[in-house]
Amino acid sequence: MSFPLLTATAALPAVGAIATAAVPAARRTAAKWLALVVSLATLVLAVVVLVRFDPDGARYQLTESHPWIADFGVRYDLGVDGIAAVLIALTALLIPFIVLAGWHDADPLETGSKRWRPTQGFFALILAVEAMVIISFESTDVFLFYIFFEAMLIPMYFLIGGFGDRAHEHGEEAASTQRSYAAVKFLLYNLVGGLIMLAAVIGLYVVAGNFSLTEIAQARANGSLHMATSTERWLFLGFFFAFAVKAPLWPLHTWLPNAMQESTAPVAVLITAVVDKVGTFAMLRYCLQLFPEASKWATPVILVLAVIGIIYGALLAVGQRDIKRLVAYASISHFGFIILGIFAMTSQGQSGATLYMVNHGISTAALMLVAGFLISRRGSRLIADYGGVQKVAPVLAGTFLIGGLATLSLPGLAPFVSEFLVLVGTFTRYPAIGIVATFGIVLAALYTLVLYQRTMTGPVKPEVSAMPDLRARELVVVAPLIVLLIFLGVYPKPVTDIVNPAVKQTMSDVHKTDPKPEAEAAK
Amino acid sequence: MNAENLIALLIAAPLLGAAVLLLGGRRLDGVGHWIGTLLSTASFVFGVILFADLLGRNAEHRTLTQHLWTWISVGSFQADVTFRLDQLSMTFVLLITGVGSLIHVYSIGYMEHDERRRRFFGYLNLFLAAMLLLVLADNYLLLYVGWEGVGLASYLLIGFWQHKPSAATAAKKAFLVNRVGDMGLSIAIMLMFTTFGTFAFGPVFSHVGDASEGKLTAIGLMLLLAACGKSAQVPLQSWLGDAMEGPTPVSALIHAATMVTAGVYLIVRSGDVFNAAPDAQLVVTVVGAVTLLFGAIVGCAKDDIKKALAGSTMSQIGYMVLAAGLGPIGYVFAIMHLVTHGFFKAGLFLGAGSVMHGMNDEVDMRKYGGLRKYMPVTFITFGLGYLAIIGFPGLSGFFSKDKIIEAAFAKGGTEGWILGACALLGAAITAFYMTRVMLMTFFGEERWRNQPTRSPQAPSAEPAAEHHGEHAEPHPHESPKVMTIPMIVLAVGSVFGGAFFSIGDRFLHWLEPVTGHSEGDSPLSAATVTGATMVCLVIGVGIAYVQYGRRPVPAVAPRGSLLTRAARRDLLQDDFNHVVLVRGGEHLTRSLVYVDHTLVDGVVNGTAAGFGGLSGRLRKLQNGYARSYAVSMFGGAALLVAATLLMRAV
Repeated sequence: MSFPLLTATAALPAVGAIATAAVPAARRTAAKWLALVVSLATLVLAVVVLVRFDPDGARYQLTESHPWIADFGVRYDLGVDGIAAVLIALTALLIPFIVLAGWHDADPLETGSKRWRPTQGFFALILAVEAMVIISFESTDVFLFYIFFEAMLIPMYFLIGGFGDRAHEHGEEAASTQRSYAAVKFLLYNLVGGLIMLAAVIGLYVVAGNFSLTEIAQARANGSLHMATSTERWLFLGFFFAFAVKAPLWPLHTWLPNAMQESTAPVAVLITAVVDKVGTFAMLRYCLQLFPEASKWATPVILVLAVIGIIYGALLAVGQRDIKRLVAYASISHFGFIILGIFAMTSQGQSGATLYMVNHGISTAALMLVAGFLISRRGSRLIADYGGVQKVAPVLAGTFLIGGLATLSLPGLAPFVSEFLVLVGTFTRYPAIGIVATFGIVLAALYTLVLYQRTMTGPVKPEVSAMPDLRARELVVVAPLIVLLIFLGVYPKPVTDIVNPAVKQTMSDVHKTDPKPEAEAAK
Repeated sequence: MNAENLIALLIAAPLLGAAVLLLGGRRLDGVGHWIGTLLSTASFVFGVILFADLLGRNAEHRTLTQHLWTWISVGSFQADVTFRLDQLSMTFVLLITGVGSLIHVYSIGYMEHDERRRRFFGYLNLFLAAMLLLVLADNYLLLYVGWEGVGLASYLLIGFWQHKPSAATAAKKAFLVNRVGDMGLSIAIMLMFTTFGTFAFGPVFSHVGDASEGKLTAIGLMLLLAACGKSAQVPLQSWLGDAMEGPTPVSALIHAATMVTAGVYLIVRSGDVFNAAPDAQLVVTVVGAVTLLFGAIVGCAKDDIKKALAGSTMSQIGYMVLAAGLGPIGYVFAIMHLVTHGFFKAGLFLGAGSVMHGMNDEVDMRKYGGLRKYMPVTFITFGLGYLAIIGFPGLSGFFSKDKIIEAAFAKGGTEGWILGACALLGAAITAFYMTRVMLMTFFGEERWRNQPTRSPQAPSAEPAAEHHGEHAEPHPHESPKVMTIPMIVLAVGSVFGGAFFSIGDRFLHWLEPVTGHSEGDSPLSAATVTGATMVCLVIGVGIAYVQYGRRPVPAVAPRGSLLTRAARRDLLQDDFNHVVLVRGGEHLTRSLVYVDHTLVDGVVNGTAAGFGGLSGRLRKLQNGYARSYAVSMFGGAALLVAATLLMRAV
């Protein structure tokens, strides 16, 4: 038996989580280092997965298969296609930065307030989330996927509810209340989505007789598993609803601004850049493969919701007074693009959407983590409390600007490639929707540059005049992200080469081919 | 080494400069400006080498390409990093790196007292790299990278003095208005992809015949939208005046000589598309004609020397866009005027910078006067630029502008008459406002005596004045050599450039293989047009002389006619923007924030509550009892197990 690489990639952070949690209370720093080392080792494994993955090989690779709950036909089936391999790499890539950025976020307060949970817990929970996200990407068993899709809510709930920004405009008590509200809202939204999905998972079992993604998809493709149209649609809706909550798709998005606003910046990155990606990933993998006809049936509505999300999220970002809420609404706009790309059903749209997931992860991490550094210096999330930071902390301001430019998809930086692919992929099939979505690029410039102008330029506010520039640890977090943004902006081929074959397969699952150019079609 | 391999070095040199200067940190403060100037000049030298190489080839073999790597490849969507150097891009390369290097040199002196000079040069180098990418790209998507790259450089440089809120606002405005134009470029590229399956220059141009005229018109109009943003053409012109918040060398390089002309490049480069879309061409000419008058009128009313020149730039680019819209009759002359304009407008801006340098950074021309005695070099170089722009016989503008006016008439029909008349009228107004600038600045009373400059209510563009002390009477003086020499070089170009290009139709023969050329069918003879232009010139200069030469210039602007007052406010464009876009937008976002908080959130929560009394549970859970949370988790798990068991039973 070959080395179970995929199991190891998920198990390493899981074991690391337990080990980190078990570090004695007095050895706080050791726990941090342990978490960092584990996350880096996981990154190494994820890179090995990428290297071992052969883009031209079988659809699912590095597969592992073991019976688990034989009575219910549940199996422990793992395997990755190009899309999953890339997203695992993204997850493993971001976690070390999240750990490093949150280095002091869970330190106990000097006052000895009991409101701060132990440092060890913070880092253990992050690793636990990582493990569950990775196994969700790896799983090729619907039930196995469902379990971890749901289970990751638990550590996330504690991360949101238990650790927030130290400073709060209305004092510690109010902060605590708002935090728990955000955490509970996050949990309930996702639990409801999950429960509906559970019904659909069971329904699928009734129809198909097993939970194996590959088997069911194959049976669907060769016609041996027939589903009545209405059955397929109901099951599709059950799955899609859960993913649309998690992604999130307008109008199911309102939990995200609360959650991102109340949690610390690294946790906010964990939510939007890592956990939410499971939702969009699952749309691409489960909705399209298992229910191709229903997916096509629902496409018009989903496209409209996605494009509403793009414009609506961007407009709301413009209207925010709170830096983190602004980034949250920007993310809602970006998720609109991802979902648009998936359901445009073109290879540019779907490869673009996958690349978008990666690039959005990196760019949001860059912007949000720098925002977090900024907030930790001044102790306020309100945009109006800043001004003229550029003068006192030019490196911080410069990195913040680059994060912002990535968010507005400046050509030359990675997000431009994915955004343009999504737009062009949408446009070839749905020109009107493509054009409306294009308005998003103007609004993105608006909210990003307004944020930069209000916080970084103008006369130096007295409260920020003593603000220190980025420290070494913070630079170590930001610099590699910026390098990646530039590298993937000028040379995205390493990612698209892995993703393209998987997208091609998905396109054939839904029996769609790219529209031909008009001049060619006319001949 | 093949000449092709040099192309990438044109871009690489300034890009390296930008990286070194922006990442190098304070230790490079002492030498940063030399590094920037050196790498800019290196790029110019590469340009000259390549130019010599092209001249050594047959006219038909002057297109070089260099493929570097495949940028994006998904399905049939293929974008390469490939450069194309032909006569058109070569012309731009020489203009960009030549004028660019001169302005680097000038900036060494101009920015001497700015503590962030290194960063300034880093941004300038970044601009050069992006602009060169724009003109060297072999496909529209790569062009887009340069297109937004210059937008970024422009943003950074307009807002260079970011501690001034007005500068930060102007920078943001420029980027946003340009983004509206960029939307046009995005859509144009998408249309090309759906029509031709590609957006690389060669394949698109050779397959134009396969596409319907409707598609080509749509592509043309979207490209025009992009050009309007970048080149400050109506209706996307509003950012250029505010962009004068940037340091004056930036106004000279980016907002006069090079970046703002990118729209003209885009249209001329896409000539094959426009030639097959006459409706789009007509719109191009209309935009050009409207803008050339719009800019000229605004230029007449401004007392801020830089803003007067900005109005002029807008107007002159209007001429170029008009010419580009005329098709093969006008392409060559659009580019020729672009190059001569690059010389004289850059020279005029550098001259304005020199004046401000000697006047405590005052920009209000009503506080100038009689400066010719104190700044002889500036006076002469500025004066030559002035003569060039108004089209004084024999100087650059005379040749290039005259050709455009001729070409406008040559379009034929009613359109030809209307466009030609607009161009003539524009020539008269140009003569008027430039004479006004000249007289108010260098002639007449010395209005700066006995009055402190820079009243606190109207802070001028250049905050370096803070170093000089605000309320001292200015002591006008000539600028150092490092600043005057670039001005002299540009003045030489302003004087001789047009004649050099026109004698023996040199420029025409050089560019024709790329752009094509046709003579058109003019109802007027060339001599008639030239004569009419001269009459307009005399009228314009004459009126200005009567108003500003013979009578003293009031130090405080008179109230003025309705038109003057409107023109001072940029013909109310900003008022319109403010009411419709800014206020409207604010209301929209504010109400959306409210809607999101109450309606969307409320309805979703409410629906959930309707389904399972969740809101009650929400309230309970909010109290932070982990216990009830755990209960609900176990509840979920129990439900799960029960459900699966039930399924088994079935």
